Amino acid sequence: MTTLHDHLATAEVLVCCGSGGVGKTTTAAALGMEAARLGRRAVVVTIDPARRLADALGVPGGLTNDPVRLDLDEPGELWALMLDTASTFDGLVRANAADEGQAERILANRFYRNVAGSLSGTQEYMAAERLHALHLDPRFDLVIVDTPPTRNALDFLDAPSTLSRFIDHPLFKMLMLPTRRGLKVFNVAAQPVLKTIGKVVGGDVLADAVAFFQAFAGMETGFRQRADEVITLLAGDVTRFVLVASPRRDTIEEARFFADRLRRSGLSVGAVVVNRCTPTFGDAPAKRPRSAAAAALYDNLVALHATADAERAHAADLLRGDALPDDVHTTFVPTLPGDVHTMDALAAIRSHLFPAAR
Amino acid sequence: MDPLQFVSTARVAIVAGKGGVGKTTVTAVLARAAIRRGLRVLVVELDGKPTLDDLLPGVDVQHISASAALGEYLDTHGLSRVAKRLASSGIIDVVATASPGIDDIVVLGKVKQLERSGRYDLVLVDGPAAGHAITFLLAAKGLLATVRGGPIAAQATDVAEMLADPTRCQVVLVTLPETTPVNEAVETAAALRDRVGVHLSPVVVNAVDHGPLLQADAAPEGSAMRAAAEFRNARRSLHATEQARLADELDLPQLTLPVVPGSVLDAEAIDHLADQWDPR
Repeated sequence: MTTLHDHLATAEVLVCCGSGGVGKTTTAAALGMEAARLGRRAVVVTIDPARRLADALGVPGGLTNDPVRLDLDEPGELWALMLDTASTFDGLVRANAADEGQAERILANRFYRNVAGSLSGTQEYMAAERLHALHLDPRFDLVIVDTPPTRNALDFLDAPSTLSRFIDHPLFKMLMLPTRRGLKVFNVAAQPVLKTIGKVVGGDVLADAVAFFQAFAGMETGFRQRADEVITLLAGDVTRFVLVASPRRDTIEEARFFADRLRRSGLSVGAVVVNRCTPTFGDAPAKRPRSAAAAALYDNLVALHATADAERAHAADLLRGDALPDDVHTTFVPTLPGDVHTMDALAAIRSHLFPAAR
Repeated sequence: MDPLQFVSTARVAIVAGKGGVGKTTVTAVLARAAIRRGLRVLVVELDGKPTLDDLLPGVDVQHISASAALGEYLDTHGLSRVAKRLASSGIIDVVATASPGIDDIVVLGKVKQLERSGRYDLVLVDGPAAGHAITFLLAAKGLLATVRGGPIAAQATDVAEMLADPTRCQVVLVTLPETTPVNEAVETAAALRDRVGVHLSPVVVNAVDHGPLLQADAAPEGSAMRAAAEFRNARRSLHATEQARLADELDLPQLTLPVVPGSVLDAEAIDHLADQWDPR
């Protein structure tokens, strides 16, 4: 069985996926710390707009789109960054534009400015794009990605149609044909379908959108090629997926959804991390004590163990069936007494993730 | 004062909070409690997976998707030909792209229509996932800043009016009694007030481990009972501290829900949680 530790030692890309609130970001950070201990040069990419990772890593002023190196006393390195969808998109436009003029036309377009950070799917696409760029970056040998907490977080696996969001967009396709025949913008906007759209959303909004897609012409080859490279990377042997869950019935169901999603894309879960498990404390005394104070402690112990048992049963549901590989390595991380928002707490999480390595 | 009085002060209540804080649980418990008070309640679920039907047997639950809401809106505003053409060419997506936020506006427009129908005393909306509550609620204002005419602008105007009117609409923020969720709730509350201008109801603190601290030294050091008690006490202290900090940093009344033992959320658990606020 390949353990989480094996993955950490050999992978070049680790993707943490799971639903919101299960501790994905914390897990990604703890994996990064352990990677640095193993001597690897790791970079953790978070997408969480809530600056959770910055909180946990104690980065003053928060994380930015550029990687910052964290101050760790380890043989390797740990870097972290927070994905800025809009500026990643800007960079991609600059890299693929035929000339400065085309890049500027797109970047200044009002429609582009509106959608660059907000179009559905863009965030997932840019996360994949950034992952690809960091994988090629000579400063790092391991990229750990914390995916967005949404069901469509793994949409970037559906390449290239979802990945190349813009070039496969119906509006773009519609505009490209007439452009090749040399039609001008005002003619395009006179098409019945576009007229209809203009009626609904307003003429100037549509004009901006049309101008954007026209400025985009010629860049689709570069985008498509990049999309293919990302898919090759994600499907390759150097990439491993870590499924993160918490032991509640509803989040376990979500985890199963993610596992199925990966399987349908021909990928498999490399390891499972179940966070926030109620800890156990050893056997209760044979008899409930007579004194009221001790009896309350006995009841507490029994109640915590009952909760822990129920949680294990939910987690077993996830591992049953064919959603996950039979021998997938699963780690249970207990709820800590305090909140995980400091480096020390992260180190505690790490010691639970890698007990053998301590 | 009745802590649940707010459910009858505005017809629309939008439940908002980060992923994993228990928005759906809180929506279901509020619905159950409001029904016990004799209110006619509709629960609205956005896109996502249908979980509220199971949690609320016998309650009206409506699922609203952006494309269906847009089609319906155009249809009822004399634009049925437009709606048909857009639907047949699969171009709703194009419209949504050309005009960011339009999907949020038509969804909120549908909520407004349900509010105006007079069929319900309370329309409870299980808000969008993750950090999207602010974007979701800002969509109407954002669109009005760039678009002047057209049916969608008219829709945005109606939505913005509803959101700004505390007698019609309020937002129920949900959080957990832990450090990061409390920080996020305080930030989100400020953004909702300043940027959206929406009225905030009491904030709901979910999954609180209530109860007095255990007398851990009643068991010998190193024993399982002692360790379990110390763990439980640490959790309870954290929850009490964070709840107090939330009270300090956010000037809203608080409602709390206890942690659900056994980690199973079903209709029975919802009923039981509703007892906390509104004993039968």
